[in-house]
Amino acid sequence: MKDDPLLALIAVFVPFSLISIGGGPSIIAGIQHQTVDVQHWMSSREFINFFAISRAAPGPGSMLTTLIGWHVAGWTGALVATLALFVPSSIICYAVATVWRQHRGKRWHTALEQGLAPIGIGLILAGAVSILRIGHGGPLAWAVAGGAGALLLWQPRLHPLLLFVLGGAIFVAARLLSSGLPML
Amino acid sequence: MIENSASPVVPPTLLSLFTVFLRIGLFSFGGGLSGWIFREVVTLRGWIDEDEFMSGLAVAQILPGANVANLSLYIGQKLFGITGAVVALVGLLSGPFFVAIALVSAYSAMTSFDWTETVMDGVAASAIGLLLVVAAKGARRASRHLGASIALIATFLGVAIFHLSLLLVVAVVAPLSVWAAWQRSAKP
Repeated sequence: MKDDPLLALIAVFVPFSLISIGGGPSIIAGIQHQTVDVQHWMSSREFINFFAISRAAPGPGSMLTTLIGWHVAGWTGALVATLALFVPSSIICYAVATVWRQHRGKRWHTALEQGLAPIGIGLILAGAVSILRIGHGGPLAWAVAGGAGALLLWQPRLHPLLLFVLGGAIFVAARLLSSGLPML
Repeated sequence: MIENSASPVVPPTLLSLFTVFLRIGLFSFGGGLSGWIFREVVTLRGWIDEDEFMSGLAVAQILPGANVANLSLYIGQKLFGITGAVVALVGLLSGPFFVAIALVSAYSAMTSFDWTETVMDGVAASAIGLLLVVAAKGARRASRHLGASIALIATFLGVAIFHLSLLLVVAVVAPLSVWAAWQRSAKP
C-alpha cells in the first residue's frame, strides 16, 4: 500500500475523517504524527509551515489535508486527500440529517434539538476562545473580536470584509506604534 | 422544496446556493465560518430560520467532520436534498482548495510573511466577532430555560477552561440537557 501514494493518502485520511469529532482541530496532532513520523512525507518544520499556510488561507482549517496531498502527489494528491477527509464524514452527516428531519415535530426530536442547541453554542464559544489563544494578538485580539461582534449585533447587514480590513488595519497600526518602543 | 412557511427574503436557487457558499469559503479568513453562514443564510436571505440553524449547528458539531462542512451540507440538504448538499459542500471547499495550493506555491516568494501574519491575526480576531454574534443569539435563546443555560455554561467551561476532551463533555452534558428539555416539553 505504501507504494501507491494515493492509496496511502486514502488510508491515512479516511480514518481521520471518521473520528474528527468537533472538527479539524481535534485531529491535527494525529495528522502530524502520521504525516511526519509514520509516512515520512515531510519534516516537522515543513508540517508547521503547511499548518501556518492553511490557517492563512480561507476555508476550514482542514485544508491542511489538501496541502499534504498536494505535497505528496500533486493535483491528484490534493484532490484525493481532500475527498478522503471530507466524503466519509459527509456521508454520515447526510444520513443523520435525513433521519433528523424526518422526525421533526416529535417530542423526542424537540427535546434533542433543544437539549443539543446550547451545547452547540458552548462549543462555538470554546472554539472562539481557543482561536484567540492560538493567535499572537493577546488582549488586542480579544478587544477586536468583541468590538466586531458588538458592531455586527448592532448593524447585522454590515459587511464582514469591512470588519476584516478594519481588524487587520488595527493590528498593523498597533504594531507600528509599538515598534517605536523597545518591546513589541 | 422550501417547506418552511416563513417567506424567504430571497428564494434560493442551486446557483445562488453555490455562489453563497463559494463566497463564504473564499472570504472566511481565520475561521468564524459558522458565523458567516449564519449571516448569509439566516440574517440576509432567510433560507432557514434561526431555530433550524441552531439545531443543525449542534448536529454538525457533534458528528465527525469539519463543522462548517457538515453545516453547509445540512443547509444544502434542507433546501435541495442531495443535490443541494453536494452543491453547498463543493461551493464551500473549491475556493479554499485552490487558494491554499496557490499560497503554498507562492510561499517561498512571501518572505514578508512577518507582516502578513500581523494582518492575518487582525483579520482572524475580527472574524471571531462573527462567531460571537451566533453565540449571543444562541445564549439569548438558552437563557429562557435554566437547564439550557447550565448546559451552555458547562460545555464552555469544560472544553475551553478545563480543557476536557470534547467527547467527554458532550457525553456527560448532552444526556442531561436533553433530559431537561424532555421534562420541559411535558408541561403544557
